[in-house]
Amino acid sequence: MSTGTTKLDVVVSDVVPVNDLVTRFHFRRRDRELLPTFSGGAHVVVEMRDGERTRLNPYSLMGSPLDTREYTISVRRDDVGRGGSLFMHRSVKPGLEMVISYPVNLFSLDLRARKHLMLAGGIGITPFMAQTSQLAGSGGNFELHYTSRTASLGTYADLLQQRYDRRVRLYHDDLDERIELDRLLSSQPLGTHLYVCGPAGMINWVRDRAAALGWPAETVHFEHFAAPQPGAPFDVTLAVTGKTIRVGSQQSLLEAIEAAGVDPPYLCRGGVCGQCETNVVSHDGKFIHNDHWLSEEDHRSACKIMPCVSRFEGKSLVLER
Amino acid sequence: MAAKSIISRPVYGTLSPQAGKHHLFVADAEGALAIIGMAKNAPAGFFDGAEIVFIPGPDGKHVGSLEALKPAQFHLAPSFASLLPRLKQTLTNAHMGLRLYLSGTEGLIGQAMQVALEAGIDHTSMQTEHRGSLARRMQCVHCKGITENVTTQPATCAHCGLLLLVRDHYSRRLAAFQGVCINAEDRSEIPPMEEIFR
Repeated sequence: MSTGTTKLDVVVSDVVPVNDLVTRFHFRRRDRELLPTFSGGAHVVVEMRDGERTRLNPYSLMGSPLDTREYTISVRRDDVGRGGSLFMHRSVKPGLEMVISYPVNLFSLDLRARKHLMLAGGIGITPFMAQTSQLAGSGGNFELHYTSRTASLGTYADLLQQRYDRRVRLYHDDLDERIELDRLLSSQPLGTHLYVCGPAGMINWVRDRAAALGWPAETVHFEHFAAPQPGAPFDVTLAVTGKTIRVGSQQSLLEAIEAAGVDPPYLCRGGVCGQCETNVVSHDGKFIHNDHWLSEEDHRSACKIMPCVSRFEGKSLVLER
Repeated sequence: MAAKSIISRPVYGTLSPQAGKHHLFVADAEGALAIIGMAKNAPAGFFDGAEIVFIPGPDGKHVGSLEALKPAQFHLAPSFASLLPRLKQTLTNAHMGLRLYLSGTEGLIGQAMQVALEAGIDHTSMQTEHRGSLARRMQCVHCKGITENVTTQPATCAHCGLLLLVRDHYSRRLAAFQGVCINAEDRSEIPPMEEIFR
């Protein structure tokens, strides 16, 4: 059993199309008990049994942490991804029995903050749905700035404005509306914490500007689940278990290790939490690091790899597994 | 220099210029030397956005050297109590981008940090550098009274008169070390008093 990955047996209680790209899924426990409590920003790993293949993808819980009768996630369809979101959209119907992990929070609110400034891009809105519900329930001070490509793809924008009125500000790329980031960051009262979730480019931009404008690193929180990228197949030798495995083009290294019957620890499967960090024994080739966990130094020295999202190209790779 | 002992015992660093829009320095006595040392590494124009609040020591030294850094604002205060209203006002009106630098005695660093914590700055976000006396601010855990400038071990509580062991156990909330009765079992037992926090 992997660290922190205690499982929950659930049934899909509802499937709601939200817009052209996003569908919402509701889960309840099969035994009708309440689900475990969680805090805003938490995610669950959903097991998708698709014929021979099992995919494990992380999704932020977007319901109110005050209501644990059900968990809700919103999944954006990715037509060129590895198929997890397509499976959710096409094959998951109400009544389907599924297995999800206990919630884990790698993007929690710092409740010592005087104010919470939230920046969302696209489907990055989901953790903020739960966080705003949590804060609104306790009179918390927050402000949400939400960028989407178009108004119709601004998932839950109407709902958020209805709930929180002027505490929510919307920006639409097609109307050339942009966050005035420097002005926004420079006008926040002392004691504000910043939270950003969205595409990697947005996260990097916000983190860079915040650092340049004097926001201490401990006040800047971000979450970006890197989806495992497809790539050329490669072979790996697992030194501890003495196995040699092949990683398929649509498979992640972690999935290939698991398929070989080896059970490394994991939590997020998105290159964020650090649980599956694996030492490299030897290699002859080039790493394709896609994680947000290892330092640049680690990436350069090629001593470690995050098998959940990173790949390898070359002659040989031996890992300490 | 304060040595590391238990985890709650504060450890201080060396001031270094941070990215930011405003820079607020609070220093006493030899803490001025930490600012002057840091100024050598500061980018040009750094002090244009800086405010220095300084409590000179009894010798009145370093005022001229700090003024020579040409901070946007420079204030002298006779004591921490006298600068407190101003510090609170500055922090209340401040925005993110303000960076705080504290240097000098532990009592000064601790008390300024206490005010800054209340204003919402995380203690790890503040730059600190210890200079000068190791004298401690001590809270008697029995009567809760604070005794300033404790230099001996054990020390007498200035409020209830108990003889206290001055612990390394520190409270950021109170900006004080804990003092615990050293002879609670037998008050006639009086251990020798040594001057160790100089």
